[in-house]
Amino acid sequence: METYTLIVLLLAATIRVATPLVLAALAGMFSERAGVIDLGLEGKMLGAAFAAGAVSAISGSAWLGLLAAIATAVFFALVIGYACITHRGNQVVAGMAITIMVVGLGPTLALAWFNLGGQTPQLDGPGQRFVGLAWPWAQSAREVPFPGLVYAELLSGHSLIVYFAAALVPLSAWVLYRTRFGLRLRAVGENPHAVDTAGISVNGLRYRAVIISGVLCGVAGASLSTAASSGFVRDMTAGKGYLALAALIFGKWKPWPTLGACLLFAFTDALAVRLQGVALPLVGVIPVQFILALPYVLTVLLLAGFVGKAVAPHAIGVPYAKEK
Amino acid sequence: MADDPKNAPPALELRGIDKRFGAVHANRAIHLSIARGSVHGLIGENGAGKSTLMNSVYGFHRADAGEVWVAGRQVDIRTPQDAIAAGIGMVHQHFMLVENFTVLENVVLGVEGGPLLAGGLAHARGALEQLARNYGLEVPLDALISDLPVGLQQRVEILKALYRRAEILILDEPTAVLTPQEAEALFAMLRRLRAEGKSVILVTHKLREIMAITDRVTVMRQGAVVGEVATVMTSPRELAEKMVGRAVLLRVEKAPAHPGETLLSVRELEVRDRLGVARLKRVSFDVHAGEIVGIAGVSGNGQSELLEAIAGIAQPTHGSILLQGRDLVAGHVDARERRRLGLAHVPEDRLRMGVVTSFSAADNAILGYHDRAAYQRGPLLNHATIRRECEKKMANHDIRPPVPALRITAFSGGNQQKLVLAREIDCDPRVLLIGQPTRGVDIGAIEFIHKRLVALRDAGKALLLVSVELDEILGLADRILVLNGGEIVGEVARADATEEKLGLMMAGVKGEGHA
Repeated sequence: METYTLIVLLLAATIRVATPLVLAALAGMFSERAGVIDLGLEGKMLGAAFAAGAVSAISGSAWLGLLAAIATAVFFALVIGYACITHRGNQVVAGMAITIMVVGLGPTLALAWFNLGGQTPQLDGPGQRFVGLAWPWAQSAREVPFPGLVYAELLSGHSLIVYFAAALVPLSAWVLYRTRFGLRLRAVGENPHAVDTAGISVNGLRYRAVIISGVLCGVAGASLSTAASSGFVRDMTAGKGYLALAALIFGKWKPWPTLGACLLFAFTDALAVRLQGVALPLVGVIPVQFILALPYVLTVLLLAGFVGKAVAPHAIGVPYAKEK
Repeated sequence: MADDPKNAPPALELRGIDKRFGAVHANRAIHLSIARGSVHGLIGENGAGKSTLMNSVYGFHRADAGEVWVAGRQVDIRTPQDAIAAGIGMVHQHFMLVENFTVLENVVLGVEGGPLLAGGLAHARGALEQLARNYGLEVPLDALISDLPVGLQQRVEILKALYRRAEILILDEPTAVLTPQEAEALFAMLRRLRAEGKSVILVTHKLREIMAITDRVTVMRQGAVVGEVATVMTSPRELAEKMVGRAVLLRVEKAPAHPGETLLSVRELEVRDRLGVARLKRVSFDVHAGEIVGIAGVSGNGQSELLEAIAGIAQPTHGSILLQGRDLVAGHVDARERRRLGLAHVPEDRLRMGVVTSFSAADNAILGYHDRAAYQRGPLLNHATIRRECEKKMANHDIRPPVPALRITAFSGGNQQKLVLAREIDCDPRVLLIGQPTRGVDIGAIEFIHKRLVALRDAGKALLLVSVELDEILGLADRILVLNGGEIVGEVARADATEEKLGLMMAGVKGEGHA
C-alpha cells in the first residue's frame, strides 16, 4: 500500500481509538471542573461496557445496551456522589473502590450469566452493535485518492458514537463557557464558598456534574463493547480511564486541548498496532511490548514536563463544608 | 412629612436571635435595630458571637429562635438566596470570589438572568458602569480577580451586593486585609452609600474604625449584647471596657528604661532578594539589655528582611550581626544555633512561620525547641512532658481553652500568639525579636502581651519590636528607628516621638540623628 493510503488509514484508526478516550475525558472534565476527582472513570466505563454487552446480547438491541450502560455508569456515579458529596468522603478512595469492584464484578457476572469464561456472548446479530455508517457515495469516492479517500475513510464509516463524541467537544465547550450552568460549574470547582454565598446549592451542582460524567462514561463503555468490538471481555478498558484522566490534565481541563491530548494518545496507540512486526530502518523489528507501552511512556513524559504547569481546579478533591 | 425617618421602620431589626452550637451558646436572645441610612458598628472580641449573628442574618445557618424584620416586614431567611431577596448583602472577611473568573463573571454568578450568559453579562456591564459612576466604585470589569489588589477585590464584593440591589450591607472585618490608605478609601465609599440611604453593618474589633465611621455601635460579649450607644456619646476606653468586661489599659504603663550592656549589634547589614534588589541597605544599630527598640515603618520597607536576617532565616549579603559580641554571620551560625545562644524570635506571620497549623497546641509549644533533652525519651518524644509543659504555659499565659491536645487553629489569634510568645520566652532568651506581636489579636490579649513585653524588658532582656501599628510602637518602645525603603531614615527617643514626626519619617523624610 502506498504511504498516502497508510496515513489516511492510520488517522481513521486514530479517530476510532480516540472515541472512548474523548468521551471519558469529557466525562472527567465535567466532574473535576465541579471539584470532584474522577478516579472512577475506569470503573464506570468498564461497568458500562459490561452492561452494554450483556443487555445487547440478551435483548438483541444495541440501543437497549446503550441505555443499560448509561444507567449502570450513572448508578456508580451516584454511589461516588453519595459518598463524596453528601457524606464528604475521600474522592480518590471512592473512585478507586468503584473501579476495583467493577474489575471483579463484570467478569464474575458474565461467568454466572453466560458461562463463557468471563465474557459476554459474541454480538453478531443485526442491531446488536453500533456499526459504521457509510455516507453517500463513500464506496465510489474511494477511487479518488484525494479528497475521496479522506471522505470515505476519515469522515464516513464510523459508528454513531464516534460522531456523537466529535460533536460533544464543541458542545461541552459551549456549555462550559457560554451557559449559566457552565459558569456555576466552573465556579463550584474553584471556590464553592463563593457559590454558596451567591445562593446556589453546591451539592446540587456537584451531583449534576457527576451524573453528566456517568452518562458520558456510559456512552464510552458502550462504544467499547458494542461499537469498537463485539462483546465485553475481561479488563477491556485496559487503563483507558486513567489515560483519559491524563489527557484531561494534559489538556488543562479544557475541552479542545483535551481533545488534542486524546487524539495524540490515540495516534500513538494506532501507530503501535501498525508498527507490530514491521521492520523499521536502522532499528529493525521493535519488540511488541515496547510498542504497546508507547502511549503510556508518552503519558509519563508529557505529564513530567512537556505540558507546562497544569493548574487544577482550585477546590478539586476538597469536600465542601460550610464553616460554622 | 410622610418620610420622617423617626417614624420609618428600621432597615433591619433582629428580635431575640438565639443560636447554640452544641454546648456553646453563641448568640443569646440578640435584639438589634439598624436605622435606614446609617452605619452601625458591631464590635466585640473574637468569639463574642458577631460572625454567628451575621451568618444567621445572611442565611448561612438558621438561628434556633428569633425573628428578622426588614423594613417593617418579617422575613424568613433560610438560605443566602432568601437574604439576597430581602435586600441583604454581605462582604465576608475572606472574599467569596472565584480567583480565575473576571470581575464581571463574579458579579453575575448566581444572578445570570437566564440559561445563557451573553445577555446577563451585557446587562451586568451596563449596570456596573452605572454603579461605578454613582458610587465611585471603578473596577476593571474584564480583569481576572487574581490580578487585582486586595482593595479592589473588596470593591468587587461590594459591587456584587449592590448589583443584587442590597439595601443592607454587612461588612465582616473589612479592614483586616487593607492598607491604611485602602481602608480610608473604603470608609469614603461607605459614607457615600450611607448618603444614598443604604444601611451598613460594620463588624470589627478595631475601636479606631468604630469611632471613625459609625453612627451607632452595639457591643457584644460572650454571645450577648452588652450595650448600644450613639458613637458620639462614647469613647474608645468605654467601648473597650464593655467588650472585655473589665477596665482595659489601652496604653501600657511603664517605668523609664535602664539600658545596660549592648546585647545585639547590627552593622552595615544588607539583604538582597532573589532578583538581587537590596531590600535592606547597610543598616546599623544596637539593642541594649533592658530596652525595647521599636522599628516603625510602612509594611514592606525592609522590616521582614531585617527580622529574618537576624533570626538566621535569610542570608545577608553584607554586614555583621553580633550577639553578645559574637559574629553570627561570619560564624555561619544557623537559626537553631542562634536560638540556643539566647536569640528568640516571634515571627511576623504567625500562621505561616510561627506555628504548624495542623499540629496541636502542645506540639506547637515546643516547635524549634523539640530537640531539648527534656522533651526526649530515648529516640522518641516524651509526650507526657510535652503536655505538662504546654499546660504550664497555658496557665502562666492565660491561654484559653487550656487544652494541649487541641489543634492550634481552634484557638483565637490572641491565644495562638500568647502560646508562641510563651514558647519563645520560656527558654529564657537574652534577646527577643518580635514581629507584629498583636496582628489579628483581640484587645484583652493585646493588653496581656504588651504587659508581658514590658516585664521582659524590666527583667533585663533586649527587645527588638517590629510593628506597623504606630500606636504599638509609641506605647512600647523606648527608642524608635524608622525604616523606609530599606534604610533607617531616623532615630527618635520615645520622649521626643510624636505621631506626626514618625509619620513624616515613614514617608521618607529624613529625621535627625542620621541627617
